[in-house]
Amino acid sequence: MKKLTFAIAGVAAVAFAASANAATLDDVKAKGFVQCGVSQGLPGFSNADDSGNWAGIDVDMCRAVAAAIFGDGNAVKFTPLSAKQRFTALASGEVDILSRNTTWTMTRDTQLGLNFAGVNYYDGQGMMVPVDLGVSSATELDGANICTNTGTTTELNITDYFREKGMSFNLVAFEKADEVVAAYDAGRCDVYTTDRSGLAAQRTKLTNPDAHVVLPEIISKEPLGPVVRQGDDQWFNIVRWTLNALINAEEMGITADNAAARLGGTTNPAIKRLLGGEGSFGEELGLSNDWALNAIQAVGNYGESYEANVGPNTPLKLDRGVNQLWSKGGILYAAPIR
Amino acid sequence: MSKKVTMDNKLAFVRTEDAPILPPPASEAGITGWLYQNIFASMSDFSSAGASIRSVLMGLFSFGLLYVGITQLWGLLDFAIFSAVWSDPDGLKREACWTVEQGGQLPAGWHAACWPFIAAKLKFLTYGAYPADELWRVNLAGFVGLVGLVYVLIEGLPARRHVGILMLTIYPLMAFILLTGGNLDVDYGNVGLYVLISLGLITMARMGAAGRFGSSFQDLSGIFSVAGWLLIVYAVILSVVGVDTSLEPVDTRDWGGLLITLVVAITGIVASLPLGILLALGRRSNMPVTRLICTIFIEFWRGVPLITVLFMASVMLPLFLPEGVNFDNLLRALIGVMLFSAAYMAEVVRGGLQAIDKGQYEGADAVGLSYWQSMRLIILPQALTHVIPGIVNTFIGLFKDTTLVSIVGIFDLLGGVQSTLADAAWSTPVQGLTGYLFVSVIFFIFCFGMSRYSIYMERKLSRGRSH
Repeated sequence: MKKLTFAIAGVAAVAFAASANAATLDDVKAKGFVQCGVSQGLPGFSNADDSGNWAGIDVDMCRAVAAAIFGDGNAVKFTPLSAKQRFTALASGEVDILSRNTTWTMTRDTQLGLNFAGVNYYDGQGMMVPVDLGVSSATELDGANICTNTGTTTELNITDYFREKGMSFNLVAFEKADEVVAAYDAGRCDVYTTDRSGLAAQRTKLTNPDAHVVLPEIISKEPLGPVVRQGDDQWFNIVRWTLNALINAEEMGITADNAAARLGGTTNPAIKRLLGGEGSFGEELGLSNDWALNAIQAVGNYGESYEANVGPNTPLKLDRGVNQLWSKGGILYAAPIR
Repeated sequence: MSKKVTMDNKLAFVRTEDAPILPPPASEAGITGWLYQNIFASMSDFSSAGASIRSVLMGLFSFGLLYVGITQLWGLLDFAIFSAVWSDPDGLKREACWTVEQGGQLPAGWHAACWPFIAAKLKFLTYGAYPADELWRVNLAGFVGLVGLVYVLIEGLPARRHVGILMLTIYPLMAFILLTGGNLDVDYGNVGLYVLISLGLITMARMGAAGRFGSSFQDLSGIFSVAGWLLIVYAVILSVVGVDTSLEPVDTRDWGGLLITLVVAITGIVASLPLGILLALGRRSNMPVTRLICTIFIEFWRGVPLITVLFMASVMLPLFLPEGVNFDNLLRALIGVMLFSAAYMAEVVRGGLQAIDKGQYEGADAVGLSYWQSMRLIILPQALTHVIPGIVNTFIGLFKDTTLVSIVGIFDLLGGVQSTLADAAWSTPVQGLTGYLFVSVIFFIFCFGMSRYSIYMERKLSRGRSH
């Protein structure tokens, strides 16, 4: 704990020092690319494909920001970061954006000298059980053996949940996700618990994926989103509004393919404002007015990015769930551009 | 004698021909003999109750062990070769390694390696995200390195020594420029200044050595000379890496896989031996300050785990540097690994130094050799020969320790495999096993190769004979 406090103090100190001369946008424009911190490999969020190119919805977030600034979604370099490295790397200026499935919590927002620019995926901890178990709700899991990772919040969350329900359980914890899924597959435990996106990814490694179901209960809130250094409001705004633009674009039905046509053919003032046909919203951010158009053309709107990386047609097969637009029963609600 | 005389002649038997030469008993010769002596001798003694029980137990134990060994080996071969999926002609990716339970073609319960996964990731596992158009640079650096290494390792080739020196001086620079693209931002005004200063230092050292500045300076002239030469080397390196090669710069962030593993391992191995020798000599030096510094250095680096060193280098170090000053992440890890392995190497070499008889030191002094001459000509050749197994042990350990860099976000071979496991397009139950099997085979090849070469060296220096 002491070490952690020390590390936090260190990060905060540097973040404070960094905020004094913060003009990230100028630095980024000078070097010609956005430096983006991603994970070392998380399916659908940020992982390298066969040719070593990064893909995933966290990666798309960075590409969108790069496109908004340079008009080129490839003007971005990726730094794979471990969970322990990520905040230092951001605070020390090694990366400009941290887009690494990072949960937005109060401690991180207030004590690390960082700002969360929004949420690009609402995750939550779920549980997977074999169909044979005949269980349809987590409340029937009294006395279960539960497989999970050591030292993560998932372990604490599941403990809290079972204590609250007054049920007994037996925790079987492993260091690596591969070990957990192997143990679960071998029948060493009745339940496998981790973030629901993680469950979807690990499920593809089971011998017989169809013999397992994910229970409806979600026992924790894990809003994941891009993070920037505190003290540079312009940069913060660029990242936040790029995310908002992608979500608004889906709401307005603007896709990567039709964006240019929609800009020319519409009388809808909201679409014109978003795509730069009206007003000077881009210039207010320090960018060109077609910033959102470029971002959308680079990665598609939020829905397209979702479908391409984690949606039902990908190996992850994740339903939109709460990550659906507010108008379609989800909780994605981006502030309007006006 | 008297007995012979009284012996009855009729009972006497005199053999008139040689007894036929019988073949040795089956238990002594041929395959059966070998089998009996080496395998069955311990399980065929039924001369007493105790011996019988021992024999039966030994038999059960032997055959049990044999059974376990064979089934394990068969399991491995079956997983890796016989049952494995070797090709994915239709580009199905993970579906090529799916059983019917998962919706694929393979029979239920199939469990073997999925090699198309490795084939698809081979470029990533070898070079990381190195730009595809620039791969020839890595290949060229690797090829030259391999040829040079083989040339130096084989006995009796002409000019072997010169090739070795080239490999240690020109080759690192060449590899550096090829891999990174060179063209660093070098201020040639400074380089000129360094050259002037170093020339001044060397001249002063020459004059001092000749006694121009009095005898008290004479002792210091060596230091001036070394400093001057080091500065010249530094200036030369600077001016070479500053040359505009018009190669596209490749950030070390894009390096990965086997490339990183080899860069880290080779840098560590090449740097740790000379550094370790110097540290070992320093620790056994008569000069108290040198001894203290070397001892503190060695004990510090041996006292902290490598994982801590890497964490400090990659997580804490950036916090202490002013913002904007970003040490290359790989360079940080390299320096950490280098210093760490140097400390271990120093202790191995010190073991060798202590094994040398005092008479050798005294003999070297007696024939009037200077300290460095006696070390170079008398002591170190013997000491290092003694500790070849220890040195190679450290090398092999270092080679395997390179995998630790993956925890600081550098994708070495193991880290690369672990990150490809996150690719859901290839996600199957056997994905992880296939990846780890591949890594272990690669590591085994390198480590076993080093081990065999060390045995060869020991034999050649006739230290490997059993006493």
